[in-house]
Amino acid sequence: MAIGVKVMKRPTQQTSYLRATLKGMALTFSHLLRPKVTMQYPEEKSSKDWTLSSRWRGTHRMLTDEQGRAKCVACGLCPQICPANCIKLVPGEDEEGNRYPLIYEIDEFRCIFCGYCQEVCPEEAIHVGVHYENSEYSRDRFVYDLERLTAQTHPVSTLWDPSDPKGE
Amino acid sequence: MSFFLIASAIKVFVVFNLIMVGVALLTLFERRVCAWMQDRLGPNRVGPQGLFQPAADGLKNFLKEETSPAMADKALFTLAPIVSFVPALLTFGVIPFASPLPTKWGVVPMVVADLPVGFLYILAISSLGVYGIVLAGWASNNKYALLGGLRASAQMISYEIALGMSTIAVLLLAGNVTLSQVIAQQQLAHAWFIVPLTLSFVIFFISAFAETNRLPFDLPEAEGELIAGYHTEYSAMKFSMFYIAEYSNMVTASALMATLFFGGWDIPLTTWDSTGDPSVLKTLLTLVAFGAKTFFFLFTFVWVRWTLPRFRYDQLMALGWKVLLPLALVYTTVLAVAIWFFRIQLGWQYGVGMAWALGALNLVLLIVLVFWLDRGRIVSGSVPQEAV
Repeated sequence: MAIGVKVMKRPTQQTSYLRATLKGMALTFSHLLRPKVTMQYPEEKSSKDWTLSSRWRGTHRMLTDEQGRAKCVACGLCPQICPANCIKLVPGEDEEGNRYPLIYEIDEFRCIFCGYCQEVCPEEAIHVGVHYENSEYSRDRFVYDLERLTAQTHPVSTLWDPSDPKGE
Repeated sequence: MSFFLIASAIKVFVVFNLIMVGVALLTLFERRVCAWMQDRLGPNRVGPQGLFQPAADGLKNFLKEETSPAMADKALFTLAPIVSFVPALLTFGVIPFASPLPTKWGVVPMVVADLPVGFLYILAISSLGVYGIVLAGWASNNKYALLGGLRASAQMISYEIALGMSTIAVLLLAGNVTLSQVIAQQQLAHAWFIVPLTLSFVIFFISAFAETNRLPFDLPEAEGELIAGYHTEYSAMKFSMFYIAEYSNMVTASALMATLFFGGWDIPLTTWDSTGDPSVLKTLLTLVAFGAKTFFFLFTFVWVRWTLPRFRYDQLMALGWKVLLPLALVYTTVLAVAIWFFRIQLGWQYGVGMAWALGALNLVLLIVLVFWLDRGRIVSGSVPQEAV
């Protein structure tokens, strides 16, 4: 015969097709009755085996003070550190000399979700959020302005803490 | 006469639709069972438990663009799905699916056509199905499709022989090829043919997998080697036709196994269903019994598919020609001698005693066979040990 197939010599228990078949059939049947691992996504967003990590870095959120104003003081550190250059900040100043952002926009398409803005922020104003459902009907809706950033309600990321590397 | 025509027309309509719906649900059943066996949930979005998934698939297939290869043989390309689809449905016509139904105008046998040549008809028509596959492979003008078609023809012919041989034993015992008579014989002896003809069933069962092109014998469409084999070039509804044909073949094979070896519509452990006057209740209950038996085999088809890997082609051929065919020949001979001995020498009629006597014989043969199969040299390499 033209094509040779090397056949290993093995003990009968290993070469028996009959036993292997029956064993396989028993295995697949037992799996038929086992609990399923599928998560029914839109209805079920976390299960006992899996939840979104609190360190997850998703779309941003701007925290506000008691008067409902953004905590941002327009210091300019976040656009400075942003490696993707996605934050646009125009600072303003009121009569009392308090700085606030005139324009604060984050282009979520440019953002690489590194979380540096949250780390660098001295006022704990800008945060990356624990959130991943971001679909929109048009591209320009992905540039989040200040109003939208303050209106977000999802939890903010805890980021990675060097003093507690395992998150305990 | 007109009563017969009308009754037949209604039966044809009902059976056709039932099979079509059954086949549609079977595709869903297969996907869900496959998912469950892999610890998933499977399609459950369209309708309750995904019940409308087949309808959605059907709609998709109707609306999809149909591609036609430029170099294909147009006429044969269109004909192939039809040729494969029609015989798959035709075979079901002679299988009795319930006890006779009494109506105001007379008793209607619950079989589309109670042909006197029933079983021969099935063998003849089911072999036609391979033409569809070969034509599809040839007309596509595609090397993979052609290889798939060639494999299908070789495989079908090889296993058709073993399949036919294994049923000779059934016909010897029943003394008849009409399927309703085969069922009547099984009811008479209070023992289904699985008892006196166990080995026959084993051969038939394995061959049925090869005949329906199901895993572990789905070499004609082996997606790893042949893309999708004979239906590589098919799309939309034409592709769907092959799919329906495959599943109809499965239904027919399952129904045939139930009929030949598991008493057809006979309800086990009772004589109530086959004696006395026909009634509507009997018809319904026997229909359920038949459905349950068929469903069991359908589940087995699915179960085996998601358990076993595909055979290599030479292994497939070796199993067909070197194992199943000689086995069927020897078995038929042994059984013919045994039946001759019981009938002629001892003067027995077919009944409980003969059924269980043959059953004991089968048990012995089965133990020998299993012992022999278990040595594991049946479908191993194609080259003898010393040649390596």
